[in-house]
Amino acid sequence: MEMIGPALLTIITAATPLLFAALGEMVTEKSGVLNLGVEGMMIMGAILGFVAVHFTDSVTVALLVSILAGSAMAALFGLLVLKFHASQVPTGLALTIFGIGLSALIGQSMVGIAYDGLPKLSLPVLSSLPFIGDVFFRHDILVYLSLIMVFVIYYFLNKTRAGLILRAVGDSHDAAHAMGYPVVKIRFLAILFGGGMAGLGGAYLSLAYSPLWVEQMTAGRGWIALALVVFASWRPGRVLLGAYLFGGITILQLHAQALGIGVPSQVMSMLPYLATIIVLVIISSDPGKIRLNAPASLGRPFHPSR
Amino acid sequence: MFKKTLISLILAAGLAFGASASAETKVGFVYVGPIGDHGWSYQHDQGRLAVEKELGVKTSYVENVPEGADAERVIRQLASSGHNLIFTTSFGFMNPTVKVAKQFPNVKFEHATGYKRADNVATYAARFYEGRAIIGTIAGKMTKTNVVGYIASFPIPEVIRGINSFTLAMKKVNPEAKIKVVWVNTWFDPGKESDAAKALIDQGCDILTQHTDSPAPLQVAESRGVYAFGQASDMKAFAPNAQLTSIVDNWNDYYVAQTKAVMDGTWKSMDTWGGLKDKMVEMAPYGDAVPADVRAMADAVKNGILDGSFHPFQGPIKNQQGELVVKEGEVLSDKELVGMNWYVEGVEGSIPK
Amino acid sequence: MLPSLVKRQQPSTLMVYLSPVIALILSMVAGVILFLIMKVSPFGGLHAFFIEPLSTKYGIAELGVKATPLVLIGVALSLGFKAGVWNIGAEGQLTIGGLCGGAMALYFYEQQGFHIIPLILATGIVSGMAYASIVAFLRVKFNANEILTSLMLSYVAVLFLNLMVHGPLKDPDGFNFPESRMFSDSALLPILLEGTRLHIGALLALTVVAIGWIVMSKTLLGYQIKAAGSAPAASEHAGFRRSKVIWITLLIGGGIAGLAGAIEVSGPIGQLQPSISPGYGFTAIIVAYVGRLHPVGAMLAGILLALTYLGGETAQIQLNLPVAVTGVFQALLLFFLLACDVLIHYRIQFTEQAVRVENT
Repeated sequence: MEMIGPALLTIITAATPLLFAALGEMVTEKSGVLNLGVEGMMIMGAILGFVAVHFTDSVTVALLVSILAGSAMAALFGLLVLKFHASQVPTGLALTIFGIGLSALIGQSMVGIAYDGLPKLSLPVLSSLPFIGDVFFRHDILVYLSLIMVFVIYYFLNKTRAGLILRAVGDSHDAAHAMGYPVVKIRFLAILFGGGMAGLGGAYLSLAYSPLWVEQMTAGRGWIALALVVFASWRPGRVLLGAYLFGGITILQLHAQALGIGVPSQVMSMLPYLATIIVLVIISSDPGKIRLNAPASLGRPFHPSR
Repeated sequence: MFKKTLISLILAAGLAFGASASAETKVGFVYVGPIGDHGWSYQHDQGRLAVEKELGVKTSYVENVPEGADAERVIRQLASSGHNLIFTTSFGFMNPTVKVAKQFPNVKFEHATGYKRADNVATYAARFYEGRAIIGTIAGKMTKTNVVGYIASFPIPEVIRGINSFTLAMKKVNPEAKIKVVWVNTWFDPGKESDAAKALIDQGCDILTQHTDSPAPLQVAESRGVYAFGQASDMKAFAPNAQLTSIVDNWNDYYVAQTKAVMDGTWKSMDTWGGLKDKMVEMAPYGDAVPADVRAMADAVKNGILDGSFHPFQGPIKNQQGELVVKEGEVLSDKELVGMNWYVEGVEGSIPK
Repeated sequence: MLPSLVKRQQPSTLMVYLSPVIALILSMVAGVILFLIMKVSPFGGLHAFFIEPLSTKYGIAELGVKATPLVLIGVALSLGFKAGVWNIGAEGQLTIGGLCGGAMALYFYEQQGFHIIPLILATGIVSGMAYASIVAFLRVKFNANEILTSLMLSYVAVLFLNLMVHGPLKDPDGFNFPESRMFSDSALLPILLEGTRLHIGALLALTVVAIGWIVMSKTLLGYQIKAAGSAPAASEHAGFRRSKVIWITLLIGGGIAGLAGAIEVSGPIGQLQPSISPGYGFTAIIVAYVGRLHPVGAMLAGILLALTYLGGETAQIQLNLPVAVTGVFQALLLFFLLACDVLIHYRIQFTEQAVRVENT
């Protein structure tokens, strides 16, 4: 029992960067655009956030810079796929190559520099609750923000007119266009949002998770985030579930190892991936529902005929 | 006629210049990771910079070279572009290095952590396990919970040797202390390394040590108020209170010496396994938290290794099953150490066979 | 005043061939700027990237070695992507193909016979197919999205390879290091060009390109694949079962990725190691698209991408540029290649104001 609280804390840390990036990508995909460059946007958020905090010592500035860094990368992607009609899949992959390279160049002088990590915010009253207070109400601002964003995005997509339009654009750009909605503009904004969220996910890595900079430190988390959007069948609540499931099993297998379980570590490391597949298979059993939720125009180019 | 002579003079001068240029020593380095990893490849690159600085020779490097089909091409390219000495700094480069060396008998090769040599291929590695015996001693003395955490990368002999050396030293000063090993299956993923660190602390470990590259576990230790040991470089900047000491890779002296040997024409193919004595393994200064008596004990282990009176793998040593494998008064040979794939008594878990 | 893009009535045949050239020229310009920023000679940089790797016989052969897996998988994936089947886990299928092909090579250790190499390659194909069939099965039977399953299975495959080379497949004389024995000569792919590493896998890649081209342009299967991707509802209506297309494209993708894995281990690597691919399965996705999902295009794109890898190594050695610069340059090149294809369907027009100026 005494181990559960701390383990939960670690799971929250492991899930938060995935949650940010996956939520952002989900909104982008809801508008009908598939951006596989999450890893590249994340790592740019990670390095520029770290640079910003190093030079300004301001968390606010650092987070803003990370958002801008992710969004700037996303803007490049948006320009290529929306203005120049480049294929989305390879452009996203190229964006990842670009981000990994550029972040390494920017970060050359940041290797070996330490940062204390984001301050923890204890919520008044709540944080003094036994057990619950420690586990849920003593986190850095990004953890709270990531959870708030789940609700914000849920509300936006399902309860607001703007969200409805965004979904309409993702389901049928031609119909949305015919109804007079600015398809390209809406998609561009959705792409920017996805980039900003990926940037925050990266910032969480370099400012809170392991507050330092080393090259390629995102280590494939952008890819996991992409998979989680699919896992969630484009629903914010399920993104949350997916991120915590994946993070949870990652941490639990480490705990199992520390307890001295006699299974090869490689097999233990496979568990988060296998579990995600198994859960996906279970929740995909109702095919109709998922089809309805997947943006029908996802990945398809939009060529407005005048 | 005059013109012709002039041309041939210029040509001759050019040739002479070319010849002297090619006789100039150029040293190549092949790294498995990016030099910005702040770990293994970073430390090798420090060695490269030392060669440039101290000897003024030209160096080149290729970073992030995958162990696989690409390594042979990269090594060959270095060999064919006028490098006289090439350091290949990861185990997975062994066979490509040997292959290329056959085609370039005049180029000298130095392969890190491998076991295949040739007339123009030397091998070198560091006895990091000596450092592990020192930190094991400190951990044994300083743990209050009697549970010590070990973050490991892959179950290769190098890592297993480290776990064993650490455990033997720890048990010697504190038979009650236990070790918990967690494998992260990566050399290099700060996030995962810190996850492992947290998991170990949550399971009662109050001292961490790691055989992975990033300072992330030390940062976790610092923020959770436990102690830890650095890896590859002095990581005090990341954990000013938590770092008790660090095992530092120092390739500088070796790289400078070998380059000099090539320049002087005295280079020979050898197997170098350098340790504390050769300064290939160094210990960072003790952290403030290490009390004087523990420092004295750690120093005693260090001095014993330095003067040869102590060996981290001297008997009696029992294996996991409790069988005596090294008798009193004997030590494990280097050959047995190189391929070590069994745990000493007190380590839990199994090694893939 | 600004130029704008106007849709063409018909795709431009000229631009089909010209747009990559324009992209290359633009990349050179971008390269010059990048190299100036990095304070190296722009000419030296471009020379290192594009000329130097091709200046020797060995270099050209290496281009073939590096391009082989990219082209193979690129062609196979382009079929799937055309059909709208998102197999992004070719890396895992390659890994399993390499592992099983390699296990076969080790089984025949120190044996002779002409059957050994075909068996290794066949094992690679079959095991890659088997691995991809998990994805197909879960997709068809349980509607589990293949983007997720194929990607997750890639991580699983790499860990499984790691486990095997640490365990049963490790070299018994190798001091317990995680590597298999070096394969016997009889299990190594024959070399095409003496003194280089160019192996018959390159010929197999060309064969796959040719077969892929014929399948896509001349057969009913090719037509079904294209129809499934461009008009899924209509093609289902015409009696082409979606599940059949999913199975076929995934089996083709997995089989060829597995073949590429077997070729890598029995060709340039010659043993099993914890990592046998620097992400070929992922890079091949780019190859397929830059090649416009056409087998011949994938071949050209695979060769071009392989060249940038070789060039990146040369640039590091000759100019002491960090590998990060290679990545940035490679990405810029891809951006231009992908963006310039817009010229096939669009033309650049200057706004009316500009046109009027021209008229007067």
